[in-house]
Amino acid sequence: MDETNKKEQTTTHKIGIYLWIWGLLFVLSFFSYMVDWYQFQGLLRWSLILIFMFLKAGLIMAFFMHLFWERYALVNVLLWPMTAIACFIFLMVAEFKYTLFTRLFYFFVGG
Amino acid sequence: MSDPKIEGYEFKPGFSGMAADTASDQTMFKGVHWGKAMMWIFLLSDTFIFSCFLISYMKGRGSTPVEWPNPSEVFGLHVFGVDVPLLLIAIMTFVLITSSGTMALAVKYGYEKNRKMCGWLILATAIGGLTFVGMQAFEWSKLIHEGVRPWENPFGAPQFGSFFFMITGFHGTHVSIGVIFLFIYAYKTFAGHYDEQKRGWFTSIRGDYVEIEILGLYWHFVDLVWVFIFAFFYLW
Repeated sequence: MDETNKKEQTTTHKIGIYLWIWGLLFVLSFFSYMVDWYQFQGLLRWSLILIFMFLKAGLIMAFFMHLFWERYALVNVLLWPMTAIACFIFLMVAEFKYTLFTRLFYFFVGG
Repeated sequence: MSDPKIEGYEFKPGFSGMAADTASDQTMFKGVHWGKAMMWIFLLSDTFIFSCFLISYMKGRGSTPVEWPNPSEVFGLHVFGVDVPLLLIAIMTFVLITSSGTMALAVKYGYEKNRKMCGWLILATAIGGLTFVGMQAFEWSKLIHEGVRPWENPFGAPQFGSFFFMITGFHGTHVSIGVIFLFIYAYKTFAGHYDEQKRGWFTSIRGDYVEIEILGLYWHFVDLVWVFIFAFFYLW
């Protein structure tokens, strides 16, 4: 593909889609702030924080970073490595639980 | 943003298209500028760096029997006689999202060859980023005055300070580097380097508005990281 062809073929998206995503990001950020404002606690707090976080991250990646319009060859190269991070998180959750257990155990029982 | 047509190559959608692209000759990312592919690979590696920071924060916070400082109080502000929780952080979040939006529009106007609009929007993004860094500096100095150090703090578990300075410091560095590049690219856009296809400073490759999209990817990534820091460090 030569250079001149490439430029003519670049398409842009309507401004509406960007403004919609922009607005949604503001609303979602406001909701996450409200989670703290109303001092939700426990499972409700954590699930709300995670839902708003993933929605915001998804909107930014899909539309602002154009992943929604990219070919799967690029999208999959970027998203599959995230599973390694998920594995790492599970490993470290097991690790911190064990560390906390041994700390508390030896604080109270002694060496 | 890539809407490619390559002569003699049939683009298939979905996963069969992915298999065909990956198995085809010469280039795997069809119609994607090499700079954009490299920026994505860099961002992927950066994702791993920030993930390691946040995971180590999770491990540090989870494994201490001492109570963790309540971020809602630590980062609260006293305004007009009222204690507002997390106020500064909320404003910083909105500033960063605003700058992310202006950047997305700058990319759009860049591809439409609207030089002035693109330049002004990049400049607005840079000013948003500068505001963010300024507020972060204010936040850091406020906490340092209150006695927060990487090894101790008056609110609770001593690990709090080291994770706070490390994670927000690394993110702030990314924002600062982004701001510098935004000012450079705003100048280059206003000067018409992309319309005239002028060569860059360190490269013999001709300028193109795709460079604005590459810069935009970096800037949106900085915003993306903040989404995770905001959720895990400030709200959790």
